[in-house]
Amino acid sequence: MLALAIVAISFFALPLIGLIWRAPWSKAWTYLSDHAALTALRLSLHTSLWATALSVLFGVPLAWLLARTQFPGRSAVRALCTLSMVLPPVVGGVALFFALGRRGLVGQWLYRWFDYQLPFTTAAVVVAQTFVAMPFLVITVEAALRQLDTAPEDAARTLGASRWYGFRRVTLPAIRPALVAGAVLSWARALGEFGATITFAGSYPGTTQTMPLAVYLARETNPEQAIVLSLLMIAISFTVLVTLRDRWFGNRHDTAVLS
Amino acid sequence: MRLRALPLIVALALISITTAACNDSSDAHSGDVVVFAASSLTAAFTEMGTAFNAANPDAHITFNFAGSADLVTQLTEGAPADVFVSADDSNMKKVTAAALNASDPVPIAKNTFAIIVGKGNPKGITSLADLAKSDLVVVLCAETVPCGKGAAKILANAAIAITPKSLEDKVKGVVSKVTAGEADAGIVFVTDVKAAGDTAAGVDIPADVNVISNYPIVVTKEAKHATAAQAFIDFVASAPGQAILAKYGFLAP
Amino acid sequence: MTLAAAITCEVGSLQLAVEFAVQPGELLAILGPNGAGKTTVLRALAGLQPIDEGRITIDGTVVDDPATDTFVEPARRATGMMFQQYALFPHLSVLENVAFGLRAHRVPKGEARRRAHEWIERVGLTDHAQHRPGELSGGQAQRAALARALATDPRLLLLDEPLSALDAGTRDAVRRDLRHHLASFDGMRVMVTHDPIDAFALADRVAIIEAGRIVQTGTFEEVTAHPRSRYVADLVGANLVHGVVAAGALTTATGAKVVLADAPPGPSFAVIRPHSIVVVRESPFASSARNVWPGTITELDRLGDRVRLRVDGVLPLTAEITVAAFEALALQRGDSVHTSVKATDIEVYPA
Repeated sequence: MLALAIVAISFFALPLIGLIWRAPWSKAWTYLSDHAALTALRLSLHTSLWATALSVLFGVPLAWLLARTQFPGRSAVRALCTLSMVLPPVVGGVALFFALGRRGLVGQWLYRWFDYQLPFTTAAVVVAQTFVAMPFLVITVEAALRQLDTAPEDAARTLGASRWYGFRRVTLPAIRPALVAGAVLSWARALGEFGATITFAGSYPGTTQTMPLAVYLARETNPEQAIVLSLLMIAISFTVLVTLRDRWFGNRHDTAVLS
Repeated sequence: MRLRALPLIVALALISITTAACNDSSDAHSGDVVVFAASSLTAAFTEMGTAFNAANPDAHITFNFAGSADLVTQLTEGAPADVFVSADDSNMKKVTAAALNASDPVPIAKNTFAIIVGKGNPKGITSLADLAKSDLVVVLCAETVPCGKGAAKILANAAIAITPKSLEDKVKGVVSKVTAGEADAGIVFVTDVKAAGDTAAGVDIPADVNVISNYPIVVTKEAKHATAAQAFIDFVASAPGQAILAKYGFLAP
Repeated sequence: MTLAAAITCEVGSLQLAVEFAVQPGELLAILGPNGAGKTTVLRALAGLQPIDEGRITIDGTVVDDPATDTFVEPARRATGMMFQQYALFPHLSVLENVAFGLRAHRVPKGEARRRAHEWIERVGLTDHAQHRPGELSGGQAQRAALARALATDPRLLLLDEPLSALDAGTRDAVRRDLRHHLASFDGMRVMVTHDPIDAFALADRVAIIEAGRIVQTGTFEEVTAHPRSRYVADLVGANLVHGVVAAGALTTATGAKVVLADAPPGPSFAVIRPHSIVVVRESPFASSARNVWPGTITELDRLGDRVRLRVDGVLPLTAEITVAAFEALALQRGDSVHTSVKATDIEVYPA
């Protein structure tokens, strides 16, 4: 077991070490302080946080629906809502065109009535990221809701709590660790999103060119800068994952003691 | 994951490994030629491969189509290729500078640029100057890739300033945004307009501002089947080979 | 002003069809084995399980009547419910748990805290007000759950197996405690339990439920004296005797003395199982049983291969003997007999 686990760790660690090994450290600061890199980084953080917020806002009710209600075709709905996890992101981007683009199913009316074109805007980046990121939140939260004892929720209702009040004050605190985990996973997915973004939103500095797109483009002309930018993204994600994971394990421990 | 599915997954993995091994052994016998070619050649070279195989039943061609810069990276990292075709001279220069080639670069085709517009040219675009109109959605390639470099040079030559909505990482990104109707126009290779068929239309760019790019080809230093590789290059340069390239919109070298 | 319930509903493989009423101040115990539908009855009363047919009326308000499409949400019913494992909110303190219902009813925060504190004091948890449920003992958790259920001033209190979550060692003390706290509540109360001792100690009236049907109702004594089926006899057919324990023996109000094997002094009740009672015609001199009581057979019931005898005397008892023994003794109504039981066969609970 241990040997296999060590193989697994090496499998993840070696590519990272490879990047660090090839990184041009003497020029790192120059690359990082590059205006274009900073613009892409700011845009990435901005859009990925929005995507996470939207994933939570819509994903939690969706997870609740899947976990707590019975309706015909529920499995089909669940499969539908997690489809973007297996869909090649570029295909996802094309599909978003067909739905929300200027000639899309819904997009054509937006364009006709409001002269609004979603592609090539920062909002389109958020839409593309949310499309691929939300399933991670839905799956995590749904699993937590399924495992949760429903008695406290019932108790809340007999005490006069509306469904929403009970959900907010009883269910949400109970699934908080899973919610945090799901949100972090979604955020990580949104931050690294490339295919759907470049297909659906395009790539323009300051508007739609996120960090992964900038890295990809930099690779063509300046592979060294691409490595430095990749390492920066990795450092940010790593920090967030480590700190949040520690907190969330702490919480899980608490709830285990209490229940 | 349920453990029940594990045997199935292992079985599938084993099947794929054994079949891959079979391919490897057959490769060794028939002297296969691995061609690394710029992605703009995808359609033309696929047909080229079929024609070459018909003329040389013993040989078998395998293609790896990707952006020229990607292919150079793969070659530098030791990818097994017999032939490399670049969509521009600068990427080929990286290969020759690193002495990864066994033969001198030979131009096999030229490509030039055109304005790609939606099917039937709904916005009535007739010139480069039209691209500067503020109500048009124009997308270009990023300047880090050959099509973007070319577009920037053309616009500079014509002294036209435009604000694109997007700088795509590859030429297909520009094509797909125009054919999907999200963008009104873009600057792409003539061959891309041709490949888009009737889903898009092209508007010529005057020769005095247009840019022409070369497609140089080499046998790589690490080639395992150098003879067959050279045979393929000769086939591309021959009249039937040139006819195929012309069919896809490429200009003679 | 009563609870009137006619409940028909199907949950999984259970087909529930029961009808009962509860008066204010009364505690009805629904007694039955696991899976008989006890909890479903409570959930229907609370509104957590809509009924298929029938009608539930609480204090004159119809809260569930499928025929007229009436359904009052759980939050809007004047019911309080104590759940089987208490279902306290683990992330909230005892105070916040008790104040939860008041806050849900939009009582201002300060007012809610004040009233919650009163309840916490009433159930003796003042020292634990700031503790999380995880830090409470089973008995304390039960009192917190009771305070939480009563804090919103419900008219109907529902108790789901109030003692089953406790270990045997603390159950007796907590049961006594619960009886004390329940006494101060003047609304209607419905408790479900699978333990006849709980029903005996806490209920005014008992309804026996079996496979989704109420098979018998009455006071505990009525049901015990006249079980209508072998099942009820097994479930509740025990003799329960009140009295005060002193010097190893319990003395009843009528002066009967029951010698016990091991019991702490104080008010208690003893459980004497009908099948552990020996019935003889003459007083047995050579028996190890020290408990021998004279009496007269007033009733005879044949239940399958057993016969139940009601023996009235200084200590009225229900005994159960085999048909063979019954025929060998040729017993008849009105015969004088002696009943005896070994001290070690008697269970004692503090009252």
